[in-house]
Amino acid sequence: MKLWQRLMCTARRRSPWLFHMNAGSCNGCDIEIVAALSPRYDAEQLGVRLEGSPRHADILCVTGPVTRTAVNAVKTVYDQVCGPKAVVAIGSCPATTNVFIDSRTLVGPLDKHVPVDVYVPGCPPRPDAIIAGVARAATILAERGNNPPKTEMVMAETVKPVEEVQP
Amino acid sequence: MNPLLTALARFLIFPGLLFAVPAAWFFLWVERKAVALMQERVGPPFMQPFWDFIKLLGKETPPRPGIAGLIMRAWPLIAVSSAAGAVGLLPVLPSQGGFEGDLILLLALLELPSVCIICAGFSSRSLFGEIGSAREAALSVSYNIVFLLAIVSIAASQHTFRLEALAAMHPTFLTVLGVIAILVCLPAKLHINPFSLPNAEQEIYSGPMTEYAGPELAMWELAHGLEWVAATGLVATLVAPHIALAWGTTLLAACLFVVLSVAVVLLLSVLAAATARLAIDSSVRFYWQCTLIFAVLAISSALFVRFWS
Repeated sequence: MKLWQRLMCTARRRSPWLFHMNAGSCNGCDIEIVAALSPRYDAEQLGVRLEGSPRHADILCVTGPVTRTAVNAVKTVYDQVCGPKAVVAIGSCPATTNVFIDSRTLVGPLDKHVPVDVYVPGCPPRPDAIIAGVARAATILAERGNNPPKTEMVMAETVKPVEEVQP
Repeated sequence: MNPLLTALARFLIFPGLLFAVPAAWFFLWVERKAVALMQERVGPPFMQPFWDFIKLLGKETPPRPGIAGLIMRAWPLIAVSSAAGAVGLLPVLPSQGGFEGDLILLLALLELPSVCIICAGFSSRSLFGEIGSAREAALSVSYNIVFLLAIVSIAASQHTFRLEALAAMHPTFLTVLGVIAILVCLPAKLHINPFSLPNAEQEIYSGPMTEYAGPELAMWELAHGLEWVAATGLVATLVAPHIALAWGTTLLAACLFVVLSVAVVLLLSVLAAATARLAIDSSVRFYWQCTLIFAVLAISSALFVRFWS
């Protein structure tokens, strides 16, 4: 049993599959994620695979300051990823909402809605920073296993439709 | 030796499960590594498919209530068992009767995983799964005609459906043509690049696999790897054993089988890395218009040769 757990721990560390979720990003971080998988940086050396379906993924990579239209999609996709899972916030936007702070179309930052494990700051972050963040998330995943994330999940406040918001 | 014991040993040890499962992981790695090298990347580490499999076993699955969920869970298991059975049937070592090398059973078992994929996509009730399944169905109708005609033409020229008899025969022009036709069908059978329509990533997410997670997905990955072993093994047995039997030892036969299979995997991976995905209509047109003529020619000349002699 102990051996199986150690094997599983190694397997989780060495096989992080990503699902990339755009929550209203300007595409800058998305391009850098693609660059991280491209020949120069080649994240597949670490076993990283970009998956098409959130059901297959271990690590949810979110880019963008969570917009009013994207927030429900983010929560749905987070629930669709099967545990054990980790969330990586790519770029400054999901961490702090960046230059869009106080915008009335945003409900970010990301950690108000889903528990975030690793922040990769930058606007956009370099591909090697993204790979380092994913590797860190994979280590967290391996240590945590099936236990729930330590950070308490903050319940999102109800989102009003755009029409009701006073400028 | 007891024939039942021999059959069991073949299914469980060589070329069955004990050989086939590591070989499946190895072939998956070879495929990914070859594609990576073609793209000037380093590629995944050697143990990668194994780690992926173990990790997927440890993941949770979404709740699947009722009969529909039960059916959905059953498809990957059927696919794995039929692909493993197909590998176990390959007559790598010389055999004495039984199901060993029975071509019809082998073809049925090779076909089952793709039927399972079609059913899985529809039973997952995901939109992307249904599109992927429809594509898989259209593709399998197209390539299977050519695939079956190629094998039947080899079989008809030798007047037998036993694989070792086919492999032991002297290679003729028809055999070469048949093996080339089988090789043309393999990319579609294994869903790799020019014909990677059913699980077209970035296009319809993961096709029929979209809703699968955790251990079920691990079983699909394993089934895919075993399909690689069975399909390349079929080509290897059609080409190899008469060379190895001439040399005499079974160990050499086994080694030659592995080497030839890896060569076919490399060939297919390089093809996959060098090509882009075709649309469904051009794929279907490729098999029905360009390849079918040669398959019909092959089978008619095989029959002609058969009745002439």
